Amino acid sequence: LVLFSVFWGLVGIAAPWFVPKGPNRGVIITMLITTAVCCYLFWLIAILAQANPLFGPQLKNETIWYVRFLWE
Amino acid sequence: TPSLVAFLQQELRAAGRALGPCPESPRAPLAREALRVQEQSEQLARELREVSGNRASLRGRLRDLRQYLHVLREGQRFTSLPAPPGSPPRPRASSEREPILDPSLHRHLDRKINFVAGVIHPWRVSAFERLLWRACRGYLVASFVEMPEPMEDPATGESVTWVIFLISYWGEQIGQKIRKISDCFHCHVYPYPESEASRVDTMSGLHSQIQDLSVVLEETEQYLAQVLDKVVVVLPTWRVQVQKMKAIYLVLNQCSFDVTEKCLIAEVWCPVRDLTQVQDALRQGSYTSGSSVECFVQRVPTSESPPTLIRTNKFTAGFQSIVDAYGVASYQEVNPAPYAIITFPFIFAIMFGDVGHGLLMFLFALWMVLYENSPSLRQASNEIWQTFFEGRYLILLMGAFSIYTGFIYNECFSKATVIFPSAWSVATMANHSSWSSDYLATHPLLTLDPNVTGVFRGPYPFGIDPIWSLATNHLNFLNSFKMKMSVVLGIVHMGFGVVLGAFNHVHFHQRHRLVLELLPELVFLLALFGYLVFLIFYKWVKFSAADSLVAPSILIHFIDMFLFTSNAGNLPLYRGQVPVQMVLVVLALASVPILLLGTPLYVWCRRGTGHPTVRGHTVGGRGSHHRGGLTAGVVPKPVATGDQEPLLEGQEDGNSVNATKEDVESGGHSRDAEHKDFAEVFMHQAIHTIEFCLGCVSNTASYLRLWALSLAHAR
Repeated sequence: LVLFSVFWGLVGIAAPWFVPKGPNRGVIITMLITTAVCCYLFWLIAILAQANPLFGPQLKNETIWYVRFLWE
Repeated sequence: TPSLVAFLQQELRAAGRALGPCPESPRAPLAREALRVQEQSEQLARELREVSGNRASLRGRLRDLRQYLHVLREGQRFTSLPAPPGSPPRPRASSEREPILDPSLHRHLDRKINFVAGVIHPWRVSAFERLLWRACRGYLVASFVEMPEPMEDPATGESVTWVIFLISYWGEQIGQKIRKISDCFHCHVYPYPESEASRVDTMSGLHSQIQDLSVVLEETEQYLAQVLDKVVVVLPTWRVQVQKMKAIYLVLNQCSFDVTEKCLIAEVWCPVRDLTQVQDALRQGSYTSGSSVECFVQRVPTSESPPTLIRTNKFTAGFQSIVDAYGVASYQEVNPAPYAIITFPFIFAIMFGDVGHGLLMFLFALWMVLYENSPSLRQASNEIWQTFFEGRYLILLMGAFSIYTGFIYNECFSKATVIFPSAWSVATMANHSSWSSDYLATHPLLTLDPNVTGVFRGPYPFGIDPIWSLATNHLNFLNSFKMKMSVVLGIVHMGFGVVLGAFNHVHFHQRHRLVLELLPELVFLLALFGYLVFLIFYKWVKFSAADSLVAPSILIHFIDMFLFTSNAGNLPLYRGQVPVQMVLVVLALASVPILLLGTPLYVWCRRGTGHPTVRGHTVGGRGSHHRGGLTAGVVPKPVATGDQEPLLEGQEDGNSVNATKEDVESGGHSRDAEHKDFAEVFMHQAIHTIEFCLGCVSNTASYLRLWALSLAHAR
């Protein structure tokens, strides 16, 4: 959890300092920040939605049998 | 000249030559160069026409000669004397037909037999025969035979197998009638020599003529090929040059003439930043064209509001055009395009989210981007391809984001991938509920219960747990997840847009609008929908499987909030929920009239005190508050360029009659009609309010399309 927050925080806050000066600097900085915000938010929603599930997956019996002996 | 160029191109195409693309872009030619180009093209065109004409006439002659030859040859068969009876029959070349003229006719040699020979179109043969018979009452013998090879019909150009006819008759009048009839039928008539010897002579003469003609024709064709080669070399450059010249003339036509009729004046809008560039270009132009007088630039005050210029490079151009489709921002308003560069593909990716498909899209766009300078890609004539090519950066970004969202949705070609081990443990559940094999056999569907410890081991670190793709009730979970996600992202997006509008207010020094418009808008948006987002997050964090039976439904709470009712079966999410919700609703409803009446009243009050710094706002298009002048850092000013005697005060910028920036900008808003202005302002504000409120509600719902489309994609 923390890892991802840190990662996107780096992209969004630290990376803009490293953009080379040029005519497009403003655009690139905007792009970086927007990307960081969007992606982080998306990931956050995905993980929060699963953090406290109210119900579990309903599996078919064959799947259960298969998964039980394959994944674990 | 353009028509000449087009003619040359046509000829080239007719001759089957391909016109290569112009290798480098030539610069626009000067006036005398234009004349030279014109002369040259005229000359080439003339040559071409001559040569083609020659060739056509040569071909025609050749065809006539060959027809004559055939006529003679076939006619031979009819009129050659039969062998005297008793001698073995002379071997004939090809024919099996008997000579039509039987020997009995030769007894009538006191009458002179005349011949008419020619060729006729095969469709007209029967009519011709009938007419001849009726007209000449049997005083002739006509025979028809097909030509061994088809030849071109000069009128229609198609290949036709002609029919040779030979008519033998006696009597002058009949001869005239026959000739008239053959004229009617558009036959080619050739003189038919009487004796065989002369026929043979004629034939050999024809042979030699045909040979000569063929040689000449060959050489003509060669010459034609040479001329065409010359044209091929020069034409591409000319084409571009002609186009440039046309463009220059077009621009010049838009200038107006000076009073003295000696120079052209052009009134242009020019960005201040580019002013020095314009002056340099003018100076250079006068220098290279060698004229004695200089062009110069002069500023002119005007009350019109300048047009909007947004500078884009090849990357941003695509996105800017999409944003412009909603309406170009007014002068100096915020430009939302830089944000749209990311948000547009991102929202697309939310709907598209699949790693495999995203990867394909990304690679396709990458290929287009890497080869974007290849002329074959750029000049393709296919319209649909052009659309894709123009949007290659857009597609690139969409693909990249789709890969990311695909990872989060855990979909690769609609199949889930297991990057990290799944968070749901089937074994634990099985052990807990003692699911033996027979138990499994009797129960087709079993649910993993997160209440049991060890079954759920924490959220999947990146994206959606792959176990859901195996579950039969995965739609339940996914629907809830995606709907909430859409709503959250939608509210965030809209809030951002509203805030962006704040930049507009600050830039145009309309601080009152910050309070009177931004604040009510934000309050409305956040009190209702922001609160919804808060509820979503709160429920995610606070409620777990332990109290899943009593978990409240956000939807019902939200509806109740508006109706000011409460549902007994739906427990509150937190203590004091009902009063908080009531306050929020009241706040939101209160902000609407503020939004509606705030600015007009303020403007009215201000004008009532006669303050000169009051400004009206630019009447932009829909959602003008959501745009601002971030990257449009240009300040267009009207300037006039003229080519005049140096006697006039042609000074550079700064000295001439210059309006102040303020005057130029606010010139468009006259302050004369006060009541009219107020009504207009009020109306505008009312429209804006309604638009905003309804927009909030409907746009929120429309973000649900994100959910819908992503669902559809997985299917």
